[in-house]
Amino acid sequence: MSPRPKPVDAVIIGYGWTGAIMAKTLTDAGLSVVALERGPMRDTSPDFSYPQVADELRHGIRGEYWQPLARETVTIRHRLDQEAVPYRQYGSFVLGNGVGGAGTHWNGQQWRASPEDLRFRSHVLERYGAQAIGPDMTIQDYPVTFEELEPHFDHFEKVAGVSGRAGNLRGTLMPGGNPFEGPRSDAFPNPPVADIESSIRFARAARELGYNAFPMPAANASRAYTNPYGVRMGPCNLCGFCERFGCFLYSKASPQTTILPILKHRTNLEVRPNAQVTRILLDSDGKRAVGAAYVDEKGDLIEQRADLVILSAFQMHNVRLLLLSGIGEPYDPATGKGVVGKNYAYQMVSSVSAYFDKDVHLNPFIGAGAGGQQVIDDFNSDHFDHTGLGFIGGSLIFAGATGARPIEQMNLPPDAPRWGAGWKAAAAAHYGHSMSVATMGAVMSYRDAYLDLDPTYRDALGQPLLRMTFNWHENEYRLAAHANAKARSIVEAMKPKSIGVNLIKPGENYDVRRYQSTHTTGGAIMGADPATSVINRYSQSWDVPNLFVMGASAFPQNLGYNPTGLLAGLAYFSAAEIRDRYLKAPGPLVDA
Amino acid sequence: MTPIAKKAWLVGGAAAVLGGAVLTATALSDRAAGDRRETLSQPVTPALVARGAYVARLADCAACHSVPDRPDYSGGLAMALPIGRVMTSNITPDKTYGIGGWSFGDFDRAVRYGVNRRDQSLYPAMPYVAYARMSRADTEALYAYFSAGVAPAATPAPRNEILFPLSMRFPLTLWRWLFAKAPEAIAPPSAADPAVARGAYIVEGPGHCGDCHTPRGFALQVKARSAAEGPAFLAGASIDGWSAPSLRAGGQGGLGDWTSQDIADFLRHGGNARGAAFGAMAPAIEHGTARLTPGDAEAIGRFLKSLPKPPGRAFAYDAAEARRLKAGELSSPGAQAYLDNCAACHRSDGRGYSGVFPPLAGNPAVVDERAESIVRIALFGGQTPLTPSSPAQFSMPGFADRLDDREMAQLLTYVRTSWGNQARPVSRGEVARGRRASAGR
Repeated sequence: MSPRPKPVDAVIIGYGWTGAIMAKTLTDAGLSVVALERGPMRDTSPDFSYPQVADELRHGIRGEYWQPLARETVTIRHRLDQEAVPYRQYGSFVLGNGVGGAGTHWNGQQWRASPEDLRFRSHVLERYGAQAIGPDMTIQDYPVTFEELEPHFDHFEKVAGVSGRAGNLRGTLMPGGNPFEGPRSDAFPNPPVADIESSIRFARAARELGYNAFPMPAANASRAYTNPYGVRMGPCNLCGFCERFGCFLYSKASPQTTILPILKHRTNLEVRPNAQVTRILLDSDGKRAVGAAYVDEKGDLIEQRADLVILSAFQMHNVRLLLLSGIGEPYDPATGKGVVGKNYAYQMVSSVSAYFDKDVHLNPFIGAGAGGQQVIDDFNSDHFDHTGLGFIGGSLIFAGATGARPIEQMNLPPDAPRWGAGWKAAAAAHYGHSMSVATMGAVMSYRDAYLDLDPTYRDALGQPLLRMTFNWHENEYRLAAHANAKARSIVEAMKPKSIGVNLIKPGENYDVRRYQSTHTTGGAIMGADPATSVINRYSQSWDVPNLFVMGASAFPQNLGYNPTGLLAGLAYFSAAEIRDRYLKAPGPLVDA
Repeated sequence: MTPIAKKAWLVGGAAAVLGGAVLTATALSDRAAGDRRETLSQPVTPALVARGAYVARLADCAACHSVPDRPDYSGGLAMALPIGRVMTSNITPDKTYGIGGWSFGDFDRAVRYGVNRRDQSLYPAMPYVAYARMSRADTEALYAYFSAGVAPAATPAPRNEILFPLSMRFPLTLWRWLFAKAPEAIAPPSAADPAVARGAYIVEGPGHCGDCHTPRGFALQVKARSAAEGPAFLAGASIDGWSAPSLRAGGQGGLGDWTSQDIADFLRHGGNARGAAFGAMAPAIEHGTARLTPGDAEAIGRFLKSLPKPPGRAFAYDAAEARRLKAGELSSPGAQAYLDNCAACHRSDGRGYSGVFPPLAGNPAVVDERAESIVRIALFGGQTPLTPSSPAQFSMPGFADRLDDREMAQLLTYVRTSWGNQARPVSRGEVARGRRASAGR
């Protein structure tokens, strides 16, 4: 390849969910498009072939589909006065790599945001007053409403073949669905995946307590399904190999199983794997992107020129590339000025395990990332009165089994020996007879939680690593304790023999060694004001109007939901505006 | 050496003995070789070119004359024959390397009479025996398409790899005299139902379905060129390491109770609720039948359904084995291997998932008397065709590395005898042969 390949209309950086959505839209519009993906080419065949893919050591532990941290990682610190150190082994979160991105190895829990999540600051102010928002909290409203996003949520659910039961169909509450969801224009395209034993028990107990249990909306197709693009999906058989694995059954929605098949043979799209972008190229006055520079697999630095740049890498990589490219003013926690890197957020999880007698057979190896699980949304978002609780936001509370893989998901009581004959005896006694109820809660945004470039550590190409400054705040400890207590009450109603609790206590630091969630958000947030956001409501950069930034980096604060549904909705919302308005008259879509 | 190859050598030897006589004969006028002075009876119009493009789909010219990484229709596909490798030719309108200088008569002689511009008989890998049944009108359209609808490609096709004396063509002429009929001698198909007649025309003529699906005789000639020539027509055959199932409805191995709509769906979409295409049929669908008009696809279905049924009890689903698997009864040899390797997609009831994972119960490719295809797909996997209506391709992985010959034979025998399937067992030897035959591919 020459160092200056032919200029194209658009270059896409990162070929995961949002990269695929944008590639579809832009090639539909007739543009010539190059997609640059840092990792290798990947497809169901041959990469996810049965039975080779069902290998927990190779994928679940060694992370063959993840970004190799020895070449590039992030550094992490808890406080501004600390020196950050590199995240050298996977723990707290995993970073996708390769065509399909993390969309190949996610669980498929497919949520829309609640309407109030999208105007969270205004909503909290209206209902609880200014004192409910802590002095160091920097939460903001989204510059887009639920009603505006709804058609795009609906479309993505159809593309991804989501299985679930509607709770609010055009304003009418539907039995057995989520009564707290915003009004949906259409039901889910597929009925729920069949419940598994542990979620049946959870749902029964939750209903006894007056809560609204419903099937987890799952991007695991419950039946043979053809999506609006004509791509067919297979039915999930609850094999238990979703998260950290590619789906061999074509049933978990991923770019590969839903969008990429129709793009594969398009002559106006070229996908270049093993192309690690190092910079977004700008013209001399820095107001216009002119392409992207990347290092190919031979180590050559290539410049791909393009009129339109789509930044659709993972949340952290989006922020890092903006910082490395000098786009937008970097956030300064001392002054609160600047925007790039601002409002990094995460999620706080907890769980309560139930250990039953040997006559209770839960068959936990039957499971899926999302399908077959049951969930309550009663204590999420602002679905409940927070008066006097001392926190804002909430958590999903859910149960089921994602496969009970032997290495990572051996759920034993806290007092069980960690190794040897005692461990084996405990494994034999509890493996088939235990389950857990999990909570997944929102993390707000704060003045001292942000991303910037590390002053010390560099990647294999000599570029500064991204530095994360993050720790828990009072709001999260209280939010998690509240959700955990609710989860515990449900578990107690299931009458197990014993109970184990996993909850981060007040004062405990963020522990990166333990897997919690890959739902990292913020750093390139969207807003109505260029002084407090990086992108406008159409995901367009305020500073460089021919640059659009996709993904969860746009979230001003985190939610108690999985992010994929929201970020896909934002991507389709942006894509429609690019198609209908931007391509006809390139320029800012919102006046600053 | 495969039995087919042995047979071919015998034929080759016999033909050589006859050589002297034939040499004399070729010098005489070849009545069945057409006339190169023939010209188009109509001007080349865009409508004629478009019609020719459709006939090229019906005749699946691309299957052999277009290969990946070469310009369309510039040839270069190596066809393995017992005597060496024949390369398909460049049929673009390039004047040097293609057929740009050919008259309609030249073209017609090659397509329908099996004779090239140097008066040499073509290798019957070119299905001119079937194309002879193509109408003059369709042949003219095809000529118009290859003159004005295809981009010329100045790409030489590679030379045939057949050594002297086997490269002598006179035995091919003898073969042609014995087994091909000149177009003039063939009556167009007739049937009370015009759709059946149209289907017969496509299947027997341009579609050349019998080239794979009709068994061959002692000299590798198809045993029947049309429905009228007897029950051997489309009765199933072994070809190129695959078994092409019978297309006659009825019995265990045929199309059973497929409706004409099932057949049409299979041809246009690459699969239906009863099965999915794989192997050599996948490219035939991708290049050819996926573009059939709904009417033509239905006509093919109607014609195939009109063929007399072979004897034998038709498939009837039997739920006993599904019940046994559900109850955890795994005593039948192969049952455990089936659950471990196959049931995730094809399910314990053998019915698969409609439109996604094909059923094994009653699937003609599974219960075919000739087991080459099922052995090969189980060993090496397969992929469904890519068609405009089926943009997602499903792949089945191969299990050659996971099951040895004995385990594979047991598993395939289990599949061929469960859920109402009543096919003969598969032997270890067949699996071993399948492994060897495909090793070099």
